[in-house]
Amino acid sequence: MGCGRTGAAIAASLDGDGHQVTMLDINAGQFRRLPDAFGGLKAVGNGMDADVLERAGASEADAFVAVTQGDNRNYFASQLAHEVFGVKNVVCRVKDPERGEIFGHLGLQTYSPTSAGAEAILGMLSGSGPA
Amino acid sequence: MYVIIGGGGKVGYYLARELLEGDHEILVIERSAPRAAEINDLLEGTVLQGDACEAAVLDGAGIARADLVAAVTGDDEDNLVICEIARYRGVPRVLARVNNPTNALLFQKRGIETTVSATEAILAQIEQELPVTSMVPVMQLHQGLELVEVRLSETSPVVGRTPREVLLPPESLIALIVDSGGVPRVPGADTTLTVGDALVVVTRAESKGMLQEALIGGAHGFDT
Repeated sequence: MGCGRTGAAIAASLDGDGHQVTMLDINAGQFRRLPDAFGGLKAVGNGMDADVLERAGASEADAFVAVTQGDNRNYFASQLAHEVFGVKNVVCRVKDPERGEIFGHLGLQTYSPTSAGAEAILGMLSGSGPA
Repeated sequence: MYVIIGGGGKVGYYLARELLEGDHEILVIERSAPRAAEINDLLEGTVLQGDACEAAVLDGAGIARADLVAAVTGDDEDNLVICEIARYRGVPRVLARVNNPTNALLFQKRGIETTVSATEAILAQIEQELPVTSMVPVMQLHQGLELVEVRLSETSPVVGRTPREVLLPPESLIALIVDSGGVPRVPGADTTLTVGDALVVVTRAESKGMLQEALIGGAHGFDT
């Protein structure tokens, strides 16, 4: 969910590895970020809507990744996938590190690009290379 | 009681105003600075400008000693996050405004059982006005249970039967029968279900489709 640069890169990679991928975004224009060779499905819709997730096949999904620009949207959709559709492997991007830490205690795997980026930059500054 | 209100829109503002009348200690958290300043003057200086979805803001608001947090912004995802952080910080009671009624299910799954949906409430009022067979949501109970009202028409498959002969979905129960004359009765072995009866039924959210089929029949919707 979320066909920005990160979402498109993840989808392209998984698709290239032979996984069945559905990309979900509210804006069809975002699908331009996917490579021409992308063989997965492209679905236009709001991932916070249970009907949209159902149509996108959430009940059969092994994994769900939420990487829109909104922390709360990512959290909401991730919990919908996890709690309502029973998806086991859910990853939720949360830019606010503090919120991300709390969400991590609430049944989701969270990733904070803010913390990861800060650590990488600090690593480079100290000469030990990227984290 | 110390009440924190997430969101200073119309709902948050009027809620705060009512609670202030009742002598409660309240704090409204509103993200927009102009809006926060506007309502702060009207609410005796009880407004904090900030994002209630941020744990640091809630901590600054003294969430650790809050008795109740009400998340009433116009965005369901924000309301979910406010409730989740509040509960994580140990607030004993949280409640959420739900703008899209179908989202109430996720709040319940997350253990946030008190949700309020204006859409649902207005819909219930409209459906009560319709002189046709339909299922009207009355209220949400705890543990995923709901109270609904079903009015029996000629086409209902249960007319002429006793409540015991009606096959209901699991964990569903006919709690009360109000006949067409407005007389309430507790369902018994000798009660016969009659056209015009209003059945007040306890059921689970996920069983409402089955319940509708059992009491109203296969054809859903407002077939006048």
